[in-house]
Amino acid sequence: MSSTVIQLFDLKKYFKEVKAVDGVSFSITQGEIFGLLGPNGAGKTTILNILCTLLKPTSGTATICNYDIRKDKDAVRRSIGIVFQDPSLDDQLTASENLDLHGRLYHIPKDKRQWKMEELLELVELSDKKNIMVKNFSGGMKRRLEIARGLLHQPQVLFLDEPTLGLDPQTRRHIWEYIRKLNRDTKVTIIITTHYMDEADVLCHRVAIIDRGRISAINTPTQLKKQIGGELISIKTEDEFCPEQPWIKSVNKHDGYINLTVEEADQKLSSLMKIAQEKGITIDAITIHKPTLEDVFLHFTGKTIREEESSWADDVRMRRRSRSR
Amino acid sequence: MNLDAIYILWLREIKRFMRSKSRIIGSLAFPSLILIIIGTGLNSVFTFGRLSYIEFLAPGMIGMVLLFSSISFGIMIIWDRQFGFLKEILVAPISRTSIIVGKTLGGVTTSMFQALLFLIVCFAIGIKFPSPLRLVLLFIVMILIAIGFVLVGIAFSSRMKDFHGFSLIMNFVILPIFFLSGAFFPLDRLPEWLKWFVYVDPLTYGVDALRFCMVSTSTFPLWLNLLVLIAFGTLATSIGTLLFRTTQL
Repeated sequence: MSSTVIQLFDLKKYFKEVKAVDGVSFSITQGEIFGLLGPNGAGKTTILNILCTLLKPTSGTATICNYDIRKDKDAVRRSIGIVFQDPSLDDQLTASENLDLHGRLYHIPKDKRQWKMEELLELVELSDKKNIMVKNFSGGMKRRLEIARGLLHQPQVLFLDEPTLGLDPQTRRHIWEYIRKLNRDTKVTIIITTHYMDEADVLCHRVAIIDRGRISAINTPTQLKKQIGGELISIKTEDEFCPEQPWIKSVNKHDGYINLTVEEADQKLSSLMKIAQEKGITIDAITIHKPTLEDVFLHFTGKTIREEESSWADDVRMRRRSRSR
Repeated sequence: MNLDAIYILWLREIKRFMRSKSRIIGSLAFPSLILIIIGTGLNSVFTFGRLSYIEFLAPGMIGMVLLFSSISFGIMIIWDRQFGFLKEILVAPISRTSIIVGKTLGGVTTSMFQALLFLIVCFAIGIKFPSPLRLVLLFIVMILIAIGFVLVGIAFSSRMKDFHGFSLIMNFVILPIFFLSGAFFPLDRLPEWLKWFVYVDPLTYGVDALRFCMVSTSTFPLWLNLLVLIAFGTLATSIGTLLFRTTQL
């Protein structure tokens, strides 16, 4: 049984003339790991801040566990846990003091607070460091502690804003494992914002591609990649080779390679080889390249995520900065 | 109101305070230097009736410790904002009122702690120990001063994003309040133009009340001093609460 936990209704947030979030609607079911994928400045964090009641939407609304984010702020706050993009720990307190503070803010009774803290410190492997001041923690340890803190009051929904931003590859992988384990063990619904393609691909059940405050596509990573229309087969050959088959969707030559777009390429590979052999063509190398979310992003927005980041994000940032002055 | 939340926010401030020993020592060093060096230096030149200059100056310095520590405590919320911790508090299911109460209690406690340490310094260099009744009264006056200025600090920090404005506040708010308060000089023979500034400074009444409690001298009657301090505390609380409630990230 899956039920809807989060629902957004035409959510909009304008900062003066900048449309940071421009009419976003979608829903998330219980137990999902849902990814908001987009370049920096696409509006991911703004959506998150609205959902966790820190920002008021310009128009539209959303419900979390059937509570309206505009009207039932306290109920919403009780149902969610958040790990912000930037650390939000008190670094002059120890790990367990930070957790204890959180537990009291969320009104968790003392004995439950105690065992919950132990359990979560165990989960994020910080039990032996619980009495160390947070300022002596590494970036990865802080992140793990924040995840533990976000779970302390047993929220139904956990928001993770760029959970692995600025972490080394090993720690990133570690955190992915935690997130997956967490989702499996506690059935908590997780919403992740990220601009890392691999992160969204590996972690999320469903991904929403966000570009300039709007949703370009929502689906499972596999389906999104399928929407591109297949995989890419690159053939390196010096001969003239132009296979014509109904299952080949497109052919283009580039840099001494012949690139074919094909559905279920691994199954078509042998017939392709056969055709080449019949025509007496020597193939130097052949690779199958599955489309990545990077290709998907390109497909839906017409730009790569890096191109987007350099133009749009700076624009939004600068305007937001001048607003806060 | 959530007592558990208020308690833990208060406790957090106490723990942070106790862990920064240099802050405690630093906050005592400056007023002690003024009191001991300037006080002794001017002692031979000035006397106020039966009071020596050091006796006259000591209550003013208590006022200074309270003013500086309270306002800068309130402004510390900017740190919470910059290091992200403010978000953790703001998304918690607790009212903004609980947050302010917790913060204010924390600020008043740490301010009082510093002022009481300084009071011991005063007694150590020869200020006479007041009667128990005056001591209780002294305590109340100190708390009133601390509450007012902690909330002034909170009000400022609710509208400041970073520390760029701090030196402006230091030079145009904290120092004028301190210099105008009559900590250094008596109020009765001031030129008319200066009197106006002195009389609108809430700390003037604080220092006057402190002086009454510590060395039995005052310009205004005690009831007036207390009335002004209570009015100031109420006003600062309303403005501070109002601004903090609408504070953005």
